[in-house]
Amino acid sequence: MATAPDVTTAVLPARRRQGWAAILRRAASLPRGRFGLGVLGFVVAVAVVGPFVAPHSPTASIVAPFSTPSSQAILGGDVLGRDVLSRVLDGGWVLLAMAAAATALGVALGTASGIAAGYLQGRPDGIIMRTVDVLLAFPQLVFALLLVSILGPTVWLTILAVGLSHAPQVARVMRSATLDVSERDFVKASELLGVKRRRIMAGEILPNLVSPLMVEIGLRLTYSIVIIAGLSFLGFGQPPPAPNWGIMINENRQGLVLNPWAVVVPAILIALLTIGASTFTDAVARVTIGIDRETTTAALPTLAAGEEP
Amino acid sequence: MSSAGDVRVDVQGLRIVLSGGSADVVDDVSFQVRSGELLGLVGESGSGKTTVALALLGHVRRGLEVAAGRVLVGDTDMVKAPEQQLQRLRGGEVVYIPQDPASALNPALRVGTQLKDVLQAHRQVAAAKRLGDPKARLQQTLEEVGLGGMPRLFKAYPHQLSGGQQQRVVLAMAFALRPSVIVLDEPTTALDVTTQRHVLDTVRSLCSAYGVAAVYISHDLAVVGSLASTLTVMYAGKVVESGATAAVFGRPAHPYTRRLLRAIPSPERAEVLEGIEGQPPHPTRRPRGCDFAPRCLLAVPACSDGPIPVVSLPGGRLVRCLRTELTAGPDIRDPLEISASQPEDQDAQLRVSGLSARYGPTEVLSDITLTVGRDQCVALVGESGSGKTTLARCLVGLHASWSGQAQFRGQDLPRSAQQRRPQVLQAIQYIFQNPYTALNPRKTIGQIIDKPLRHFYPSLSRSERDERVTRVLSDVALGPDFWSRYPDQLSGGERQRVAIARALVVSPDLLVCDEITSALDVSVQATIVELLRRLQAERHLSLLFITHNLALVRSIAQTVTVLSQGKVVEHGPVKRVFERPENPYTVRLMEDVPKVVTGEQQPRLPAP
Repeated sequence: MATAPDVTTAVLPARRRQGWAAILRRAASLPRGRFGLGVLGFVVAVAVVGPFVAPHSPTASIVAPFSTPSSQAILGGDVLGRDVLSRVLDGGWVLLAMAAAATALGVALGTASGIAAGYLQGRPDGIIMRTVDVLLAFPQLVFALLLVSILGPTVWLTILAVGLSHAPQVARVMRSATLDVSERDFVKASELLGVKRRRIMAGEILPNLVSPLMVEIGLRLTYSIVIIAGLSFLGFGQPPPAPNWGIMINENRQGLVLNPWAVVVPAILIALLTIGASTFTDAVARVTIGIDRETTTAALPTLAAGEEP
Repeated sequence: MSSAGDVRVDVQGLRIVLSGGSADVVDDVSFQVRSGELLGLVGESGSGKTTVALALLGHVRRGLEVAAGRVLVGDTDMVKAPEQQLQRLRGGEVVYIPQDPASALNPALRVGTQLKDVLQAHRQVAAAKRLGDPKARLQQTLEEVGLGGMPRLFKAYPHQLSGGQQQRVVLAMAFALRPSVIVLDEPTTALDVTTQRHVLDTVRSLCSAYGVAAVYISHDLAVVGSLASTLTVMYAGKVVESGATAAVFGRPAHPYTRRLLRAIPSPERAEVLEGIEGQPPHPTRRPRGCDFAPRCLLAVPACSDGPIPVVSLPGGRLVRCLRTELTAGPDIRDPLEISASQPEDQDAQLRVSGLSARYGPTEVLSDITLTVGRDQCVALVGESGSGKTTLARCLVGLHASWSGQAQFRGQDLPRSAQQRRPQVLQAIQYIFQNPYTALNPRKTIGQIIDKPLRHFYPSLSRSERDERVTRVLSDVALGPDFWSRYPDQLSGGERQRVAIARALVVSPDLLVCDEITSALDVSVQATIVELLRRLQAERHLSLLFITHNLALVRSIAQTVTVLSQGKVVEHGPVKRVFERPENPYTVRLMEDVPKVVTGEQQPRLPAP
């Protein structure tokens, strides 16, 4: 007798197990995801392994200022005659760590206020969203610049400033995603049990925002890199002797004709970092559209519209 | 209707598969429709009926492709015709009436603009057919669909019309071009019974007046039965039975048709509904033999061996079954009647008096009085907009702006859930209408059912809770293997069982069920209703069962309250209200309920 499938247990194909890991895996399997991850991986590897393999100290002057590549300094010397290669290898990880920290701060703050605004509605919604509107009136870089110039150019304050400048945008996206989720009956079912609102937000709503959240994290990471590098370039990052890709572009641009490598290499690395991060984020966004239309629709128009930082 | 008309639609051996695979969504579908004839294409969700309907217009949804067969409309094979020709045919020669009229009309354009656009787009077709002055024709069609007396219709926007009027506008658009074939895809599902009846009457008279060949797709056998002259029953992408409506209903020859008819509640008798256990096979994992065999009570090993041939029965009927010698005879078994002998006066669990509720400035309920006794099932019926869901939401505490009195076990109920004591929240459980949004997609079934338990009984140990969850899962006929599944792996019926289990796990006294079967197929609806009836008896539950499906009320409730426009218009024992309704509104409602007419003297339901 032919095998008749047991109908009672016949399971619909598991279309979406919506965990973080599964989304990342599927994003990485797309061509653009693979490309983004590869590029990102290369730059991260340079930044992480770099300090251990740098041939010279990043702060020691070993050749003449802006000298061309030689056996001593493969990429030549910078404005003070320091080895460009060593500074490049040493100057990435701080930038990366700062970007990651600022992203975490901004997304956490934005998500918390966005969910609160979307779920609680009424007064809290009004207060949070009007604050967000005011903050959004400033361009993000100007806002971060303003904060840094008030707070001072230390690493932690830069992170704080950049993180805060992300929060309003994240809040807006999360609020609209929350509005959609909190209309669903399972949220009402929890309300009928008398579950505290705080726990409904954390336990029922947040898990359904995984997809927009991941897209936001990727997007904000990209912007963080650009803004932090930009702040460094403008002289608002770490104080001078420190090697930093942003600072390098700034201090060496007067010698662009003499030793272009001192500017071009850090610029390319920053570019690759942002390209990798945003390409991978795009892959994540594409996966999540297919995975759960219901939860992510609110988050996607922002990305598709190519929102400016 | 005459069977002498010429064949307008001729579908032969249609097979539609998932692109890039061999899994068939629709296989070996054949039927013919003559002019003036109305064919009912019946099937539950996933049976492929809409796929077939769209193929009649030469359209195949993305991800699907036609692998074999032909779809002749007139002389054109819609499968092979070039897009340009299809465009000319669609709307002019063959028209499609979608399920939801609201989304078929452009909300930004006036109705008049849209009607004229249709005529404009097909003016060449109209000229070729010598249909005459479009304006006069439109006016005539509008009168025929019952919109003739609306002077402001052309200036109105779709949202200013009622659902029934919108569907009439869509019908007018379709018939104004005098098509020869019309495909109706559940056009009345979104409408109230009364409106539905009017729209169905319109469809019927227009089809016979213009000699249109119509294909009516529906999951509602009662509706189709009242309309179609011939029926084609689909299951898992194949036609399992076809023939004249009276014959198919009177002597269904396929086990699936028989079971399906048994699952339909009747407004005439209170009877035990028999659902069909299990679910249809997914296109990628269909069995080799008969698709229905795994759920069929008459299946023999041979049924699973290979493709089942179509057997021809007397009277032009075709059945895809090996066991027709068993099913060809007349039906044998009467449905089990339920003896409704509930004593009227019991201690009331829920007593509502003078309840009025509002949404902003609008009063949606006024002066509602309602009592639900212990162990009693009270049905609350009414058309959409009658306020029945609002009443349920007031009672469970989801809608707080109401006034009046509601007492639960002798104590006043606070307005909103937030103000209610945990004991009350636990004792009144609510089951939502839509099982697709009622379960958190990120949680396993085990977590979903465990949550209220952990909330109300924090002192229970993990193993005690697990034991209760397992027990309640088996109570709703779900195996323990459902524990670790996610809602998206479940069918609609299974999800609704989980929702019931979530409500029952905390041992409530009153269960408020808000249209809990309206999103489900009729065979699934029957199993859910029977499940509820059994659980109610076992657990001594009181039920407030809200529905727009009057026939269902007969099967489950002892007392019924009829709501209309926010007021109670009739209240009483089910038998009395159904057999001798007193309020004119109720009388009309009862008359408009479509019933399965078997064509024989005495309506009898078949045995499986």
